[in-house]
Amino acid sequence: MSNSEDHDHDHDHDHDHDHDHTALPSELELRVKALESLLIEKGLVNPETLNEIIDTYEHRVGPRNGAQVVAKAWTSAEFRQALLTDATDAVASLGFMGRQGEHLKVVANSDDVHNLVVCTLCSCYPWTVLGLPPAWYKSAPYRSRAVSEPRAVLAEFGTHLADTTRVQVWDSTAELRYLVLPQRPAGTEGWSEAQLAELVTRNAMIGVEVVNPPETNEVRG
Amino acid sequence: MTNFLYQPKDANGPVFKAPWEATAFSLVIALHKSGTFTWLEWANYLTVKIESAQAQGDADIGDTYYEHWLSALEAIAQEKKLTDVSELVQRIEQWRSAYLNTPHGQAVELNASV
Repeated sequence: MSNSEDHDHDHDHDHDHDHDHTALPSELELRVKALESLLIEKGLVNPETLNEIIDTYEHRVGPRNGAQVVAKAWTSAEFRQALLTDATDAVASLGFMGRQGEHLKVVANSDDVHNLVVCTLCSCYPWTVLGLPPAWYKSAPYRSRAVSEPRAVLAEFGTHLADTTRVQVWDSTAELRYLVLPQRPAGTEGWSEAQLAELVTRNAMIGVEVVNPPETNEVRG
Repeated sequence: MTNFLYQPKDANGPVFKAPWEATAFSLVIALHKSGTFTWLEWANYLTVKIESAQAQGDADIGDTYYEHWLSALEAIAQEKKLTDVSELVQRIEQWRSAYLNTPHGQAVELNASV
């Protein structure tokens, strides 16, 4: 953190595509940034401690919206089709997108292709559906290696794909964000949307992991 | 951790509308952890801001909660001499300028403001 911060495009304003500078955050965001940078600079707040706390709460922003989107796509062929055709509209229909000026594209995993999302330039991230980006997503190594050696990155997350599965990397921009639609795991036949949503992890929706089958075949109550 | 009366939350804890809210929240936790103030002290600052907003007609507590949280944080930071108004104002303008001077796609850094 300190005095440098990736811009997450997470501000409440309309993007102005005609300007080439970085879009200005809201007044509230600027006030938070001012305090944060001053307190860190003066050694009054330890940046590592702060990051640990933020990590604890990052999934509490727009909590679990993405998981609900995925679960719905798993249970409704109609919604799945709508999601893959125009994710911005489909997700808005669930009431999850409150913002303008950015579009969401959903990319579906299959046996043939596994999708992985990165923002090589900065840290664009669909936080309305995924919450705050994790620290590693914003890190320089992930941003470069996701493109240069995606399989090695996946392996570090414990994700080992079949040799026949192609890895497709999607580079986010300020205007277009990506959400991975993971494959529905085996053993979840007859599960409700709510039960399925509990299986869907943030990392699976970034594409660094797959959604694992439930540990038992019992339907969870 | 102390539960605050009006704080937006669900069964699993606090929820946030936007990342800056979570950052403001985390800053207070960090300052409390390092012993800068007690929860009771913090609760008093927060209550003052919330009550004064209510007195001025702030109807939707849930929607504006973290605006009050941020105002209380600025107030307690000044009271504890962690910073002062002119420093805060100057730093806000530096960030604004840094954003305006940073080409899209590059990390925004404070020294870009000059």
